[in-house]
Amino acid sequence: MLSIKNLHAKVEDREILRGLDLEVKAGEIHAIMGPNGSGKSTLAYILAGREGYAVTNGSVTYLGKDLLAMPPEERAREGLFLAFQYPVEIPGVNNVYLLKAAYNAIRKHRGEEELDAVDFLALVRTRMQLMEMDAGMLSRAVNEGFSGGEKKRNEILQMLVLEPKLALLDETDSGLDIDALKVVAKGINKLRSPERAILMITHYQRLLDYIEPDFVHVLAGGRILKSGDRKLALELERRGYDWVLAEAAA
Amino acid sequence: MNAMSTAIRPYAEGFKSLEPALTRSAPAWLTALRREAFARFANRGFPGEREEDWKYTSTRPLEKRGFAPSLTASGAMDADVIEPVFLREMPVHTLIFINGRHTPALGTDGPDIAGLHITSLAKALQQATDKLQAYFAPVSAWSDDPFTALNTAFLQDGVIIEIDDGMRLEQPLQLIFLSTKQAQPGACHPRILVRLGRHAHATLLETYHGLEEAANLTNGYTQIHLGENAQLEHLRVQRESAEDFHVSRVRVAQQQGSRYVSHTLNLGGLWVRTDLSTRLEAPEAEAVFNGLYWTDQGRHVDNHTRIDHLAPGTRSDELYRGIIGGHSRAVFNGKVVVAKHAVKTDAAQINNNLLLSRQAEIDTKPELEIYADDVKCSHGASIGQLDEQALFYLRSRGLDPETARSLLIGAFAHAVLDRIATPELQAFARRQLAAVMQPS
Ligand SMILES: Nc1ncnc2c1ncn2[C@@H]1O[C@H](COP(=O)(O)OP(=O)(O)OP(=O)(O)O)[C@@H](O)[C@H]1O
Ligand SMILES: [Mg+2]
Repeated sequence: MLSIKNLHAKVEDREILRGLDLEVKAGEIHAIMGPNGSGKSTLAYILAGREGYAVTNGSVTYLGKDLLAMPPEERAREGLFLAFQYPVEIPGVNNVYLLKAAYNAIRKHRGEEELDAVDFLALVRTRMQLMEMDAGMLSRAVNEGFSGGEKKRNEILQMLVLEPKLALLDETDSGLDIDALKVVAKGINKLRSPERAILMITHYQRLLDYIEPDFVHVLAGGRILKSGDRKLALELERRGYDWVLAEAAA
Repeated sequence: MNAMSTAIRPYAEGFKSLEPALTRSAPAWLTALRREAFARFANRGFPGEREEDWKYTSTRPLEKRGFAPSLTASGAMDADVIEPVFLREMPVHTLIFINGRHTPALGTDGPDIAGLHITSLAKALQQATDKLQAYFAPVSAWSDDPFTALNTAFLQDGVIIEIDDGMRLEQPLQLIFLSTKQAQPGACHPRILVRLGRHAHATLLETYHGLEEAANLTNGYTQIHLGENAQLEHLRVQRESAEDFHVSRVRVAQQQGSRYVSHTLNLGGLWVRTDLSTRLEAPEAEAVFNGLYWTDQGRHVDNHTRIDHLAPGTRSDELYRGIIGGHSRAVFNGKVVVAKHAVKTDAAQINNNLLLSRQAEIDTKPELEIYADDVKCSHGASIGQLDEQALFYLRSRGLDPETARSLLIGAFAHAVLDRIATPELQAFARRQLAAVMQPS
């Protein structure tokens, strides 16, 4: 589904990604862990199409297409979704309005008919119940004045409504209380299917108690230094990253 | 001849040719007033850029046009011409003016409501009663403003709206001013005189609309008096064509406990200057000034506002926002003056601007002059661009860049329109904005 080969990328003349390789197949769940500032969000942003990054080498193929050649909205319409580490507040833009515009943009792209307001609202309501969100959030401005945890829930709500093929979750678990983490994990598990893939960036193996990954990777210094299974996360939790860095340097 | 007199000559010629008609059977005071007003204008000339109030707006483009007086309109006009600016969201009384002249055949005017008196100014000028004279301040009171002088000298039409004590007018009054193509571009000088009695409530809507290729000057003057505890919601939508010139002065005087709420939408015109001012003359009077200016291409829009707090416990709240694109230029100058004895004044003023292009320009100047103690005053101005983070967020959800941009611009603008209390009027204002932002 997603194939990243030898990806090099710069931000303002600083090389952040330095030869990153990653293969993600449909049905898989991958977790990416790594020290602060190692380039995890940079990778997520580049995949979602944010401006300001210069890809100097390498390639990214998504569903057989050159992902980097697509504008961000086309990536979204082709089924890619990024849950932001820091969801953006957009005063004056209504939450449900955005959801509906996004949903219909994707349907239109697929050649499907737009859903009418009543049916759409019914769909959103069921997803909100799953996320244990208050219906009042719908009529509020996108993320405006939302608490940190509410923003993360809102990201997952969007994901559940848009039903992406590839979901990138950038620290969706950070800042969540224990109960909220369970709810968010429930939402993510709901999306799990043989046709979809999920890439989760996280600092805590706790999330992985709820969402069992197929692969765990360590991203450091702009590359995937080590990959393993669920047990790698437990080991990282115990030992930190130094040993991985030392191993890679050796 | 020097440059100044070149600018004035078309008006001098216009005044000379119109004078016999204007003064025929007119009372002596009116003729004297006109002549004095014109003499003041001719003497003073158009404002220069060295004048503080005209620092960022040059009248040169207007001077170069040398507008002749507008011709009397034929009165024949397709009804769908006004459809886009007609308030169809709710029942309304409408008066229609074409190139400044009232055209009764078109409106739904002449509502027969006890307590509401609408008089065509053209008719009132013919009859020229002493009562009319009371509406006209002596020239010395405003002689520093050449546009008021011009309006007075050339005064031909407009409307007088009087609302009796205690009268609550349910339906808004809408005045539609249409600028249409004439044999040669012309200037018109409509005047609107409004008086609300004690405890009277009303909603007034002024709409300025220009048909394509009409390159006229509308030089309007609106004077409003609010009696004790009177309330007026006043929406002004100015959306002439990108060839039209527009000047307007709105002067309000407020008595005790009265409330004046103004919404000014500048959505069109090539060269626009609006001066809005109110005098809070008695305790507990309150003014709310909301404004939205939207400029594109090479248009120029200048808003000057002034609020005088002249009595204790008066309140004002002002929010103006601008969206400036293309290589257009906008000017905002908001002055709040708190007089010495106006203690317990509460005044807040904010001006936010969104620059959509590198070539666009905004000059903003909030001014606060406080001569009283024990007051609560604040002001602020900001200039920003579209939030790139928000744009990316929207695009990452599948919205194309144009939709994402207009969503963010709309959100910025709606913060002003949300302050229109009457839902139907708010819907009308949104429709007006949408029409210029996404011309179909
Ligand atoms: N616009 C930018 N300008 C300059 N440096 C940047 C910019 N964006 C990212 N960086 C730098 O790139 C590096 C990687 O940042 P990134 O956000 O990808 O890290 P991360 O792995 O997500 O960290 P964290 O775990 O703290 O979220 C950091 O050193 C960061 O300061
Ligand atoms: Mg990060």
